[in-house]
Amino acid sequence: MGFLDSLRSGLKRSREAINEIFYMGGEVDEDFWEDLEDTLVMGDMGAEVAMRVTDDLRDQAARENLTRAEQIRDALARRLAAEFPAAERDPFTDLPSCVLFVGINGAGKTTTVGKLAGRAREAGASCLIGGADTFRAAAIEQLEVWGQRAGVDVVTRERGADPASVCYEVVDEAERRGSELVLIDTAGRLHTSADLMRELAKVVNVTRKRSSMPVSVVLVIDATTGQNGLNQAREFNDALELDGLIVTKLDGTAKGGIALAISSQLGLPIYRIGVGEALDDLQTFDAQEFCRALVGEGM
Amino acid sequence: MFNSLSDRLQDTFERLRGKGRLTEDDINVAMREIRMALLEADVNYRVVKEFVARCKEKCLTADVLSSLSPAQNVVKVVLDELTVLLGSTDSRLTLAQNRTPNVIMLVGLQGSGKTTAAAKLAYLLKSQGHSPLLAACDTHRPAAADQLATLGGEIGVPVFRGDGKDAVAVASGSIQEAVDRLCDIVIVDTAGRLQIDEEMMEEAVAIKRAVRPDQILMVVDAMTGQDIVNVVTEFANRVDFDGVIMSKLDGDARGGGALSVREVTGKPIKFVSMGEKPDSLEVFHPDRMAKRILGMGDVVGIIEQAQKVADEQQVADAERMLREGFTMDDLLSQMQQIRKMGGLQKLMGMIPGMERAMGQMPGAAMDDSQLTRIEAMIHSMTKEERARPKIINGQRRRRIAAGSGRTVQELNQLIKQWDEMNKMMGKMRGLAQQGGGKKGRRAMQQMMRNMGGGQGLPF
Repeated sequence: MGFLDSLRSGLKRSREAINEIFYMGGEVDEDFWEDLEDTLVMGDMGAEVAMRVTDDLRDQAARENLTRAEQIRDALARRLAAEFPAAERDPFTDLPSCVLFVGINGAGKTTTVGKLAGRAREAGASCLIGGADTFRAAAIEQLEVWGQRAGVDVVTRERGADPASVCYEVVDEAERRGSELVLIDTAGRLHTSADLMRELAKVVNVTRKRSSMPVSVVLVIDATTGQNGLNQAREFNDALELDGLIVTKLDGTAKGGIALAISSQLGLPIYRIGVGEALDDLQTFDAQEFCRALVGEGM
Repeated sequence: MFNSLSDRLQDTFERLRGKGRLTEDDINVAMREIRMALLEADVNYRVVKEFVARCKEKCLTADVLSSLSPAQNVVKVVLDELTVLLGSTDSRLTLAQNRTPNVIMLVGLQGSGKTTAAAKLAYLLKSQGHSPLLAACDTHRPAAADQLATLGGEIGVPVFRGDGKDAVAVASGSIQEAVDRLCDIVIVDTAGRLQIDEEMMEEAVAIKRAVRPDQILMVVDAMTGQDIVNVVTEFANRVDFDGVIMSKLDGDARGGGALSVREVTGKPIKFVSMGEKPDSLEVFHPDRMAKRILGMGDVVGIIEQAQKVADEQQVADAERMLREGFTMDDLLSQMQQIRKMGGLQKLMGMIPGMERAMGQMPGAAMDDSQLTRIEAMIHSMTKEERARPKIINGQRRRRIAAGSGRTVQELNQLIKQWDEMNKMMGKMRGLAQQGGGKKGRRAMQQMMRNMGGGQGLPF
């Protein structure tokens, strides 16, 4: 299954919902706008963004005299795509690179690290995994299994060790080996826990200071997350100065609208999206394609 | 971002001040705000629509309480409606009486917190006198069984891992294991699955068929957005769970999903999970959840939390006093605590009958100026004197008295009071060492807690 196919099947539900509106008579009236706003809200985009997008489109429709739902569909896809800032640099292909993965518990950080390591290895890059999640039970074991699957070495310490010192060692080891891509997994934490956020800031600072490669901090976010995702991203961004996002679990029925809200409000690019369990299902993000798949072009 | 619905409505109603009653238009404006608040809290869109319609109906027909402002009235209607909807406080697990072992099965999406919840549940059941067994049926995620084994080890609950390959076989094996180990409850932790993953849903059904659980609990992340409706509907159809554990509520998510789950499936929320520690599984309170969803803050919860912290601090202080003896600083902090609570007189007034009893005792008049005087005297002591009042000799007494503007007699009285308390502390220390072990320590802590509350003051 190609990228578009898996993305499409993942986003099928949201497309169906939007198609419903576009096929209702095809006339653009007050009900149409209300339904459109509802649908965007249902996609977790947040009431605020949904209203803004709808109002913009309404203006545009009036200005450009768009009266048919079909025309609005194109405008909508373009309008949504414009909300995403473009990535200046892809930290996973622009090597050498050191990437720290942060996020709340259960977002899919460890799995993402495992998949990316597998991809890098396939592409022939020398990769090293750092296990700085020394808090959660068996997180290190989970990462080691991923390391074995990908054929990538994992540098870590025992449970309870200081994560910042683990990062220091990882970067040390990477330099000794001349690794091109270093992926560091951190412990999941809620953005409301001030102590844990400070700990993470230390981890990031140590890595940024120690590493001679460019360091990126990537927030991993679950596509099923609702409006709280924005709080999460904001807190992580304030504490760590994030570089970008990875959105996981887009293969469910969740639309991942929160990704759009975060990306546009904080100006963070989306590096990858997870659309399935398999290694290849972690895809490069393309705003145009994503939005076209979301809105459903030419059906 | 607005913090609280009531603040918002306050603004909306600002211009309506002076109006005796609300028109339908006014209520429409209010309902729009409520709609936004609920959407921000991730309550499902359809649920919001119906809910708001119902609230509007109530607002139009309800008896308006004259003691409340229009905004407060609307909030009250919404809050009541929300509380009713969220259901009763039924956090009991319904387990078959005549079956051993009872089986509880946990299901949910990936990363919702099933494994952590399983350990917490085991901890809770263990503290209730049960003997639980954890069954590691997550054979998909790498090292999931290791995680459960580690967590089980920490709380002293056995974990059955089986061959770690076939989830259904592990589940069935765990029942036999529970019988062999004389465990009365098996908690089956399953792999996370998407509700549209046919194969995985099939597996969940197969596990259910194999172990015939008394209770199936679905673990739902409090941060889940609109999609929660699709998720729980599908899970309800396929595995038919009995209740919900809301996880990650220690964050600042409003948890509107709780309302969606109730509304769509009718299943009760049984527990809320509030942190990483094994004892952080709590009973669900619909009224608090309602306030949280509306962004009004869980006031009661915060107070309880503050109390818990204060208690811990007190116990720690008390233990230190036992170890190192009672110092003048301790006496001072006790007095300051009384001050903070509104002074001696107010405290006495709060105890029924106390005032009259004191009135009958001549010379026992209490006044807060006495506290001020004692404070002044302690402040006039050096650090060393405060830590070891025994060294205060005649010369020092004169200096302290002069420094605080009190007489040496008054100071003598204070030192005598301290001496009494220190002696009492010494007795307790003896008691604790004699008793030894856990029981003695607990008895001591209890005593210290009573003292720490300021009741041990000698005047």
